[in-house]
Amino acid sequence: METKRLVFVGVGGQGNLLASRLLGEAALAAGIPVVVSEIHGMAQRGGIVESAVLMGNVTSPIVSGAEADVLIGFEPIETLRAMGKCSADSLVITNLSPLPPFTVSIGQGKYPKVEEALELIQKKVKKKVIALNGSALAAEAGNPLSLNMVMLGALIGSGAVPITPEDMKKTIAASTKKAFLESNIKAFDLGMAGAR
Amino acid sequence: MHKLLTDAPGKKMLLLGNEAIARGALEAGLSFATCYPGTPSSEIPEQFLHISQETDLYFEYSTNEKVALEVGAGAAACGLRTMVTMKHVGLNVAADPLMTLAYVGVKGGMVIVNADDPSLFSSQNEQDNRYYARLSGLPMLEPTTVQEMKDATVAAFDLSEELGLPVILRTTTRLNHIRGGVELGKLPPRKTKGTFKKDPFNLVTVPAVSRKLHQVLLEKYDRALEKSEQWPYNQLTGKGKWGIVANGVSVNYVRDAVVDLGIADKVTLLKLGFSWPLPKALMTRFLKQVDKVLVVEELEPIMENELKALAQENGITIPIKGKGVGGLSRLFEYDPGLVRKSVAEYFGIDYKAPAMVEMSDLPPLPGRPPNLCAGCPHRATFYAVKQVFGNEAVYPTDIGCYTLGVLPPISMADYLICMGSSVSSGCGFAEGTDQKTVSFIGDSTFFHSGITGLVNAVHNNHKFTLVILDNGTTAMTGHQPHPGVQANLMGLDRTRVSIENVVRGCGVQDVHVVKPFKIKKTIEALQAARDYDGLSVVISDEFCPLFAKATKQFKRGKVFTVNQEKCKNHRDCINKLACPAMFVEEEKVRIDENMCIGCSVCAQVCPENAIVPVK
Repeated sequence: METKRLVFVGVGGQGNLLASRLLGEAALAAGIPVVVSEIHGMAQRGGIVESAVLMGNVTSPIVSGAEADVLIGFEPIETLRAMGKCSADSLVITNLSPLPPFTVSIGQGKYPKVEEALELIQKKVKKKVIALNGSALAAEAGNPLSLNMVMLGALIGSGAVPITPEDMKKTIAASTKKAFLESNIKAFDLGMAGAR
Repeated sequence: MHKLLTDAPGKKMLLLGNEAIARGALEAGLSFATCYPGTPSSEIPEQFLHISQETDLYFEYSTNEKVALEVGAGAAACGLRTMVTMKHVGLNVAADPLMTLAYVGVKGGMVIVNADDPSLFSSQNEQDNRYYARLSGLPMLEPTTVQEMKDATVAAFDLSEELGLPVILRTTTRLNHIRGGVELGKLPPRKTKGTFKKDPFNLVTVPAVSRKLHQVLLEKYDRALEKSEQWPYNQLTGKGKWGIVANGVSVNYVRDAVVDLGIADKVTLLKLGFSWPLPKALMTRFLKQVDKVLVVEELEPIMENELKALAQENGITIPIKGKGVGGLSRLFEYDPGLVRKSVAEYFGIDYKAPAMVEMSDLPPLPGRPPNLCAGCPHRATFYAVKQVFGNEAVYPTDIGCYTLGVLPPISMADYLICMGSSVSSGCGFAEGTDQKTVSFIGDSTFFHSGITGLVNAVHNNHKFTLVILDNGTTAMTGHQPHPGVQANLMGLDRTRVSIENVVRGCGVQDVHVVKPFKIKKTIEALQAARDYDGLSVVISDEFCPLFAKATKQFKRGKVFTVNQEKCKNHRDCINKLACPAMFVEEEKVRIDENMCIGCSVCAQVCPENAIVPVK
């Protein structure tokens, strides 16, 4: 199959590592060669978390600058910051709900306007940017912590990876606690719908 | 049941590199494991901890890496299969036993997992521990994929027993933290008790014995070399005239580069998975069949230099290059694009890298450095210390979450070289300057290597203040136990060693134990410590909130809010504490009630008493 290089970026606590791991599990179950890479440094302490999923005929576990087929950003300015992973041909999927870092509070920087950040992202790539208010969709699904499921839904909904919604849901179901299953699947579906 | 105990040979599982190593150890019949946790190795012992609670595997978190290796050495001398895990700088701590354990050897197979950290994702240096194999004379294996991390671990135990030597399994962060499909093997039964046979003239390293043992080690080297020549993970692939040599994760970058550049038919790839002793015969065969050689290895030019020496011995004069070609530097980890570009450049292939989107028009984005958590007791302690000692005091710090005190607005970290250095370097600062010295060390780090420095400070009458930030756990690496924890909270049967008793036992006369969320009392204790003419120790005792939550010790106090009518916007709260639960909206400080844990420190700091509990 064609090689797919995906980069996930977000902030500690948003569940981006779990999203990339589940995508890896789904790929493995579908018989697609896959390797997942995690950069979590100080995730629990509010830092940036990045992960990569590479599928197909590729053995390298990370994605170099300009080489991402898909960038999935869980936070608008983190998407913007990670745009160096993209070329004009990359697909960008981004959450639009901001999570300002504490540096903004202590006056060490300004959080840009989300619309302007999105405009900048859109200007840089040829494909239509998939932008959704992920945190609102997660809340609508009944669990604010299901943002990662929304983003995973948007990715599968975009058709950018050879994994069917059914297979992805099976993997999600297999690794979700019963109490969260319904909201996780709902979040996934809302993300899928948001990608259309 | 722990997923790594899945008894289903042939099944494929998506495993983290570190899980694959743990699984490999189980498939090799591991019975004894020790470690001191250190990123990126920490997930290996984490598996062992849980597995030891379900099975008869023996596992312990030892006080430091030296102790871990020595405990493991004892078990291995009884014939048990033993694994000791640590990060690269941990091997520095364990270097003393390592060098002589190589002489004494092992009976049961012993694998020492050493995790290097190119790019310093979470370390104080990026030393290349392949040198330790050369320094100690111990065989070293370097896997390339997650599957190999498991398979090489199994093979490492057999190799260790065959040679009677510990084997070092070297990984890098990238390998520790990737996930890939791993085909499971069989889980054999475990031998949990061995027998120690007395053999002092081979096991007690007095000079006369060690002279003999050094010779034995060199003989073992020859046998290790034979093994290396036949090692399945030393592989020669392709028949081209362009030679590329790579190890570890770089092998993947080279394989992809060769495919991407369409030069597979032109290249011979020599993958070296047994990195000490290097397979000289195989390398010579390789050198004889290629016209030029590129060496792709992160960090130091070790294989490059060995190949050059080998070429010289064999009268081979082809170009051999590594460092300096394209982006191949001694600094930081490599990536696929960098390796592809370097391969293209060296072999003269026309290649245009994909064009990155324009990044120069991005607005300045606010940084997102890691920060002490909301309700972290370290923040309260730092605040109180600064009130007493000000900005001028010298603040040697140590390794743990509290190293984050280096960032503004706390800015209370002035010197750090390694675990334990805050205490001993504090001795030097106390003598070397008239500035006040306040050293910070965490509880786990104190046990790891702070105690010897403290004894030194007492004995040599050094006058400074040591603040022990006791949050009841090894927080930074993921809440592992240490000798001072209440192990019962984690469901473990371990005896607690009291830090206060240790400190008093070392002979410290001026000891204060404070609760850092009580700011006024903490400040009073610190003032007394400051005014004491001698060495003083302040133990700041409060749970890490993440650990408290995980162990269900957490009792959320009333969360706080800003009474906007009272607030005069001094912003002491946000400017001096920078708690992540605080944010500014419409020029007013607010508190995120979902993040606030009710530590009340900000309320005590506010000059207007405008921060109040939510009713």
